[in-house]
Amino acid sequence: MTGFTIGRRAALAGAAACLAAPAIGRAQGTPAAVRIGYAISKTGPNAGGASITTIPNYELWVREVNEAGGLRLGDRRVRIEVVEYDDRSISEDAVRAVERLVNQDRVDFVLPPWGTALNLAVAPILNRAGYPQLAATAVTDRAPQLGQRWSNSFWLLGTGQDAGAGLAEVLGPAKQAGLIGDTVALVSVADGFGIELANGMRPALQRAGFRLTYDRSYPVGTQDMAPILAEAARGNPEVFVACSYPPDTLAITEQARVSGFNPKVFYTGVGTAFPLYKQRFGANVEGVMGVGGVDAASPRFQDYKRRHLAASGREPDRWASSIVFASLEMLQQAIERVGRIDRAAVIRELQTGSFDTVIGTVRLQNNLLTDTWVVGQWQDGEFYGVVPTRKQGARQPIVPKPAWRPT
Amino acid sequence: MSGTALALALAALLALGTVPLLDDGFWLALAINIAQYAVLATAWALFSGPTRYISLATAAFFGIGAYTVAVLGEALPWPLVLLAAGGIGVLVSLLVGLATLRLSGVYFVVFTFGLAELIRQLVTWFEVNVARSIGRYVFVDITQPQIYWQLLGLFGLLLVIGTWLSRSRLGFALRVIGEDEVVARHAGIDTARVKIALFALSALFLSLTGAVMAPRWTYIDPAIAFNMTTSFQVLIMALLGGAQSLLGPLLGVIPLVLLFEVLGANFPNHFSILLGAAFMLVVYAVPRGIVGLLARARRRAAA
Amino acid sequence: MEAVGGVLFSGIVLGGMYALVAMGLTLQYGVARIMNLAYGEFVVAAGFAALWLFTAAQVSPLLGLLLVMPAAFLLNLMIYRVLLLPLVRRARSPGALETDSILATFGLLFVVQGVLLAAFGGAYQNYSYLSVPIGLFGATVTANRLVALLFAAAIGTALWLWLARTRAGTAVRAVAVNPEAAQLVAIDVRRVAALAFAVGGAMVAAGGVLVSMFLTFNAAMGVVFTMKALVVVIMGGVGNLMGCLVAGLLLGLVETAVASWVDPGLTLAATYALFLFVLILRPAGLFGRPAR
Repeated sequence: MTGFTIGRRAALAGAAACLAAPAIGRAQGTPAAVRIGYAISKTGPNAGGASITTIPNYELWVREVNEAGGLRLGDRRVRIEVVEYDDRSISEDAVRAVERLVNQDRVDFVLPPWGTALNLAVAPILNRAGYPQLAATAVTDRAPQLGQRWSNSFWLLGTGQDAGAGLAEVLGPAKQAGLIGDTVALVSVADGFGIELANGMRPALQRAGFRLTYDRSYPVGTQDMAPILAEAARGNPEVFVACSYPPDTLAITEQARVSGFNPKVFYTGVGTAFPLYKQRFGANVEGVMGVGGVDAASPRFQDYKRRHLAASGREPDRWASSIVFASLEMLQQAIERVGRIDRAAVIRELQTGSFDTVIGTVRLQNNLLTDTWVVGQWQDGEFYGVVPTRKQGARQPIVPKPAWRPT
Repeated sequence: MSGTALALALAALLALGTVPLLDDGFWLALAINIAQYAVLATAWALFSGPTRYISLATAAFFGIGAYTVAVLGEALPWPLVLLAAGGIGVLVSLLVGLATLRLSGVYFVVFTFGLAELIRQLVTWFEVNVARSIGRYVFVDITQPQIYWQLLGLFGLLLVIGTWLSRSRLGFALRVIGEDEVVARHAGIDTARVKIALFALSALFLSLTGAVMAPRWTYIDPAIAFNMTTSFQVLIMALLGGAQSLLGPLLGVIPLVLLFEVLGANFPNHFSILLGAAFMLVVYAVPRGIVGLLARARRRAAA
Repeated sequence: MEAVGGVLFSGIVLGGMYALVAMGLTLQYGVARIMNLAYGEFVVAAGFAALWLFTAAQVSPLLGLLLVMPAAFLLNLMIYRVLLLPLVRRARSPGALETDSILATFGLLFVVQGVLLAAFGGAYQNYSYLSVPIGLFGATVTANRLVALLFAAAIGTALWLWLARTRAGTAVRAVAVNPEAAQLVAIDVRRVAALAFAVGGAMVAAGGVLVSMFLTFNAAMGVVFTMKALVVVIMGGVGNLMGCLVAGLLLGLVETAVASWVDPGLTLAATYALFLFVLILRPAGLFGRPAR
């Protein structure tokens, strides 16, 4: 019995040591390394999005900074040391992991998790602890209020309203030019972003003089799109809009193609901008619109694309990937301008400064990045930004979209 | 549990109430996590332990509680919100209890799973088509220590009720049902009513835990609230600890929460594989739950 | 409004897929009494195998079945022998085995998922195979869905013939009905259970390969398949192949009909409501015998 007790106590002590280990042995004074931590969805339902948009960029950035000798603090270069966890796509785990990063590992900066829900879940902790939060993969209509509520938080991916209004900006003039009629079929996935996007679309389309012939949502995980597409295609709408998630985006496009559903404008949601989309549909992507876009002709993007491909073996997606990378460049420049680990000063710099990034020169307004691509279109095998039309690199939209070709 | 043991346990809970005074960061977060699963697993075992009906409805009730807070949190004072959450949970559990009277074994297991998914789908549909948005923001003034203290309070209440139950006629009736339902019926026990009463009691605590935890995440949508992982994790923890005794589930909760934490902290890239392997090891090495292991150790010490 | 013929046809195609994915589980649970929570991970693993064969070696998924199914049979036989047999040996009651198998396969779920993540990453996967339109009865489906359905029907029929006409199959059915009585007529219950588990594993793999031809999947999606299969198996009645088929088709038809005529937002709610309703009316499933 005695042996058992000691064994158990030793085990407990060992476990406690394991739990607390990363906190021990941290040098004071000028840092030997800048410690950067993140909790990201390596497993669970978010893993699909995180492993395409976020993880490759975090890894690419850290590698490039360290290959250059590290972050420049004053006249020294300091290497980045990474602490990473898996939040398993669960809010509670993300909260705990960030508490650990902040209070146990005492990292110098925290990179945000993937997705709207997890960014919101960890926002109060990062706010309380005074860490900057550059949310590059969260889309929420409340972004303006959130930026005010938590002055350390920055919301970079826009809102569903922006995206909805953006599409109306393409469709309105096309209707006036007589290129398309006024009928729209709208389907949306019954989940956060799908619904916000659809909510943004409805009023904007109505203002532009369109009427909805079909407007339904479907549950996350729907595996057969045939009946939904059949209903949406009834009455031959001129415009088809799907506020969808990656698996549905692929399934909807596939079903539209095989059933010969050829609206003049075909718009799908998250996933349209993924390289996987082009890989799957080849030349048939021509003319498909979706959320996001890039200024693909810019040398900065070309260079980024090449480095991303070399580092992760995959091309970046054409929506949030480059924004995630830009957020890291912003963080880096803010830290280097401040010249020391002073999070309050870094937050101030992010609020007011101007940054040179892969998506061009960025200056935040009220903690928001307002000037991003909201509508993109596949043209000549690349997903170009179309709206805002005044933005540099904006392409003219192709309307009507060419019909699906048999493969 | 004896009266003395209960008093000791409650005193221990009071002492644990000081954790937030010592650390309000990581250790409090860990303590909240343990307390959350302690309440969930113990409440789960309250019904499933003695009756041996394995329920996967934990996520359903937890989600009902969390969602009630998301909807009413800013409109009503906190005690009323909790009351509403518990009330709705009990109401649903009574309906479910009446519907599942004839089910047994794995049919009950999968029915409760289907129930959780059905509720999640209906809430989603309602939010999308009636409320016209999905995902709700929870901005209520509940601090982390308050969440922790509420969880400790729920756990203390569970211990008191559990102890009382084991001495009452109801508890005896339950044990007879668990041994053999036919015998129980022949002995004049109204098995249906006993089971439903227990199911509702368990659901009350599961719903309240969901409500207490909701302010922690700022944002709630049906996928977060009605997450099936909750059901499975609670089931596994309770079974590992030992669902037949009041403190058994706790003995499963503590090591598993710590295991998740240690693996997650040290091996973020191989978390899944190591967790699975550790899990299977536990199943083979600790066949009768931790309660069984302790009992054997005690017997050996006595011999 | 969509024509009845089109809805029926789409519904049968979808329902056939559900039945296909559930067939393996009905063997594993109905005969071997193993509640396999890692079931869906094996579906996904087979999907990855098909993807890899198709993209790296240009082997068509249908040909790939000839490779993947025997491999899955052997792998599942090994899993049963090494991992599950100890649990079967120590179990004193069917309930105890159920609890143990839930715990053990829950661990297995994480291991398989972790291996898939390490090997393929978490990103979505999809490949294009037989993706040409076929119009039948007023509905248009892709050829790959139709081919998957036909293969599922063929594999299902083969399984049924094996169960109904062969000695080994008869033994499997006997164990499904009553393990104690089967022992009395000199059937080696454990061997039969191992065989059923392995055959079930091969069926799972067939399901995974076939659905990978038309679904987008990633390493984290296994649990979706586990849950669908559980619902189908329980609704049909544990261990009953016909029940599995009928339940799968019913769910597919209801889902398609609701999507076409009511509201696609209620498809999953309707299928779960149907499932719960069936259980309330028939507590042992459509074709099950009342327990106890």
